[in-house]
Amino acid sequence: MIPASFEYQAPKSVDEAVKLLASLGDRGKVVAGGHSYIPIMKLRLAQPEVLVDIGRIGELRYVRQEGDRIAIGALTTHAQVAANATINGSCAVLSETALEIGDQQVRNRGTIGGSLAHADPAADYPATILALDAEIVVQGPKGRRTIKATDFFTGMLATALADDELLVEVRVPTVGKGAGGVYLKLPNKASHYAVVGVAAVARLSGGRVSSLAVGITGAGSTPIRAAGVEKALTGQTASADAIAKAAESAAEGLDLLADIHGSADYRAHIARVYTRRAVAEAVRRAGG
Amino acid sequence: MAVMRLVGAKVKRVEDPKLITGGGQYTDDVRMMDMLYGYVHRSPVAHARIKSIDVSKARQVPGVVAVYTAADLGDWAAPVPAGANITGLQLTRRYPLAHDGKVRLVGDAIAFVVAESRYAARDGSDAIEVDYEELPAVVDIEKAADPGATKLYDDFKDNVAYRIQVGDKAAADAVFGRAHKVVSLKINNQRLVGNPMETRNCVARWDQGAQQMTLYVSSQAPHLAKTFCAGALGLPEHKVRVIVPDVGGGFGVKIDTYGEELLCARASMLLKQPVKWSEDRREHFVATVQGRGQVNYVDLAVDANGKFLGMKVKIFADLGAFQQMNTAVVPTLSNLMLPGAYEMEALHGELIAVYTNTPPTGAYRGAGRPEATHLLERVVDLAAAELGKDPAELRRQNFIGAEKFPYATRGGVMYDSGNYEPALDKALAAVGYKQLRAEQAKMRQSGSKLLGIGLSSYVEICGMGPSAAMGGIGWDSATVRFDPSGKATVLTGVSPHGQGQETTFAQMIHDELGVPIEDVKVQHGDTDIIQYGIGTFGSRGTPVGGAALLKAIERVRHKARQVAAHLLEAPVDDVVYEQGRMHVKGVPGKAVTIQEVAKLCMLEAQKLPPEIEPGLDATATFEPSNFTYPFGTHIVVVEIDKETGEVELKRIVAVDDVGNVLSPLLVDGQIHGGIAQGIGQALFEGAAWDENGQMVTGSFMDYAMPIASELCEYELGYTVTPTPVNPMGAKGCGEAGTIGVCPAAVNAVVDALSGYGVKDIDMPITSEKVWRIINKGNGR
Repeated sequence: MIPASFEYQAPKSVDEAVKLLASLGDRGKVVAGGHSYIPIMKLRLAQPEVLVDIGRIGELRYVRQEGDRIAIGALTTHAQVAANATINGSCAVLSETALEIGDQQVRNRGTIGGSLAHADPAADYPATILALDAEIVVQGPKGRRTIKATDFFTGMLATALADDELLVEVRVPTVGKGAGGVYLKLPNKASHYAVVGVAAVARLSGGRVSSLAVGITGAGSTPIRAAGVEKALTGQTASADAIAKAAESAAEGLDLLADIHGSADYRAHIARVYTRRAVAEAVRRAGG
Repeated sequence: MAVMRLVGAKVKRVEDPKLITGGGQYTDDVRMMDMLYGYVHRSPVAHARIKSIDVSKARQVPGVVAVYTAADLGDWAAPVPAGANITGLQLTRRYPLAHDGKVRLVGDAIAFVVAESRYAARDGSDAIEVDYEELPAVVDIEKAADPGATKLYDDFKDNVAYRIQVGDKAAADAVFGRAHKVVSLKINNQRLVGNPMETRNCVARWDQGAQQMTLYVSSQAPHLAKTFCAGALGLPEHKVRVIVPDVGGGFGVKIDTYGEELLCARASMLLKQPVKWSEDRREHFVATVQGRGQVNYVDLAVDANGKFLGMKVKIFADLGAFQQMNTAVVPTLSNLMLPGAYEMEALHGELIAVYTNTPPTGAYRGAGRPEATHLLERVVDLAAAELGKDPAELRRQNFIGAEKFPYATRGGVMYDSGNYEPALDKALAAVGYKQLRAEQAKMRQSGSKLLGIGLSSYVEICGMGPSAAMGGIGWDSATVRFDPSGKATVLTGVSPHGQGQETTFAQMIHDELGVPIEDVKVQHGDTDIIQYGIGTFGSRGTPVGGAALLKAIERVRHKARQVAAHLLEAPVDDVVYEQGRMHVKGVPGKAVTIQEVAKLCMLEAQKLPPEIEPGLDATATFEPSNFTYPFGTHIVVVEIDKETGEVELKRIVAVDDVGNVLSPLLVDGQIHGGIAQGIGQALFEGAAWDENGQMVTGSFMDYAMPIASELCEYELGYTVTPTPVNPMGAKGCGEAGTIGVCPAAVNAVVDALSGYGVKDIDMPITSEKVWRIINKGNGR
């Protein structure tokens, strides 16, 4: 549990960090709260040449309401997301998700940007970020760009973030009147990561589902949207039967994982059950 | 002036403020000038011949001071202390570093790197090159015993360390011949990793001038560590001082003396600098003894009325790759406790202990008794199901009657005292058994959840124990020493590491000598300060260490009364000692206090009569005449989500009889912790290896420990049946919770699933295993 030697850099601004990353190429590795990457370093599974600690960049710690979106700085900790009044009031599903992560010590250190950039296939945030249709703002040498959550997760521990880019902000929509969201997970009893985690965000209009988004983490190598479920229910009356029927397709499109914490067919089963429960709860919270 | 009795009162732990506020000093807190850091280079493969070891590059790594292999160290050390008095035992001779050209487990120690920092030591380890010729790994416990299995030790005839019998086979065969029914189960009692919060640590400092070794070590048995290390290092025993600072948990795995202590000590002698070694959590999963690891076959013969006739048991016990101190002896405790709380006419047990390419097993909370209790309490539940009897009533029907104690069991031990029915009744009443069964039936009719109720009525063996049954080390010691100001210090030979004897022993001093609790210090863990003693394990701290203290207290009190008799000019037999004041019988108004006596004994010694020596202290030892046998009934209630298989703990009711209770809060705490670890085995924990001997649960990412939010509130109760074995009547309580609750939890799950044709379910019980039973009906 002792990392190999590395050089340590702690830029004070985003511009400085981005310049540093550009100059380092693949020699540099960004760390924020350090709760995913430092354990890997301690096992010497990762031996970065230069560790770029962005933890001192104060400008990345904020939560702001911007119209119908909430802008969350990348360094906002899980504990802050869980406790923030703006997020709690306008996007409670994200706060609830943050509370599901690790334990209090982890939540005090770990950051939303770090978690998303690391893209652990069993992390909690990805399900909710996907279900919220969030946007992820990154900054590189050529400036800023915005990546849709649905385009962000590209594979196991892989994202659309380039080596020379820094994840700077997460933008989530408000989940207001007529809408409801929830995150449910079956935790791995050892790590408390998700064996399966399902986030559902539903909007109702005139007794029908006007939109539904379901994000699933943990079950597969990459978090996904359960498109089949969403399609089956959109425009429909969200009866218990309809939800149950739609949830049957929840595991479609998952590249199922299998390990001592859950076989592929168990994960698929849980994805279906939890999707049904999550959608029903999201609809209930939406006023349905 | 103290006026009330504290023994039996809810006294808060006096050691807690220090520990809770970060004031504890653990072995890893020990820092010394010029201290070096050791790192053990370990095998990445489970079974291999070492073709070559090249440490030359490691020696070039900046900061590395020395790299030792077995060849570099030569024949300096005796093997790691191990052994047991078992006929036919194939005993391993295990050196701190692989010494016979083979590695036998992932994590086997190959070289010891000593450097100026932990980082350099680790870098040095990374630079070591070892060429392995891999051999097939032996992982499966039963297959290890096959005559044709790959052998771990070329000079052994097979992998069977020993094979012993208990009971009477012919008698068992006879009762099985007239049985109404024979109920059979196979149980996998999985491996557990001890995982104290503080892993193992040591610091060795060789004093070249004094030719003396000081060893700081996180240990449960400082004096044994001193004796073993002196022997292994070839040093005179009085030149080895072992200091055990605060210890962050042991659970049995720190009774042993390990190779790393010897490596640090030897390196310090060679380099003339202190050397520290700190086990990291991943190392703990491979380098420290583990618990359980048995496969059990059990057959219970019953008559038509449900009376138990006899039992046959076959135990395969996994010793791992080599023997540590208690490796061989722990499974024999399973054998002893097979009959549990029940009368039966005959018993036959066979125990086959095998070597495998996995870490050695040893003592871990319960140590052998949980396995016995588990197989018995599981098969009793199965018998109840197959006979259509209520599991509580079947237990009651077969309990050893209260009038039969002391009771000689078919397992070959003598139960000291017992009264099993009241504990069962109290637990049933506490849980509301009848209503729960009604609720269960209702839930079976409809609903998304299944309710399960599981019982376990255990008896365990602890208070270890008489020396005759403990390889000569069943006794312990205590000194009571007064300062002239009347403050008292207890020097105890046991080594509390969380149990709380700093409090319990202070309570005893308060009550017996009338010294305020804040005027008492309990000292342990420094072999240069404390008289020889044995240590803390097998729930012996209070039953044995406390009994020694009581004897020492009596001696001090007697001397104080002699002094008082002199001052009061009365015969000593007329002097009454009451709450720290001594007066002549019938004349309470004229008294001398223990504080006055202490001062007189040391600073005004000229006032003593010639026949009384100055000083006020006494040392005593206690040799128990028997083990103690706590018992009780635990009931666990679970709810199972039919769709997902998730198990939710709803209730845990534990009624324990640990004899007289000296410190109720501490006993509650011991039961609480024990329950958490028992539930851990039932529902969370399980060490596993793949067929190549690679551990697949080698960190907390994969090895599940229960956390507070996953447990439920514990409802504790007690019955009190004092033991005659020690003067306090206390049986010991460290392991009862673990032993009692685990089978109750499994019984609860199996009970919930009774509609699904399941006889047993492997631990740890995961939601997926439950889901498969519910949905596929593929229970064994």
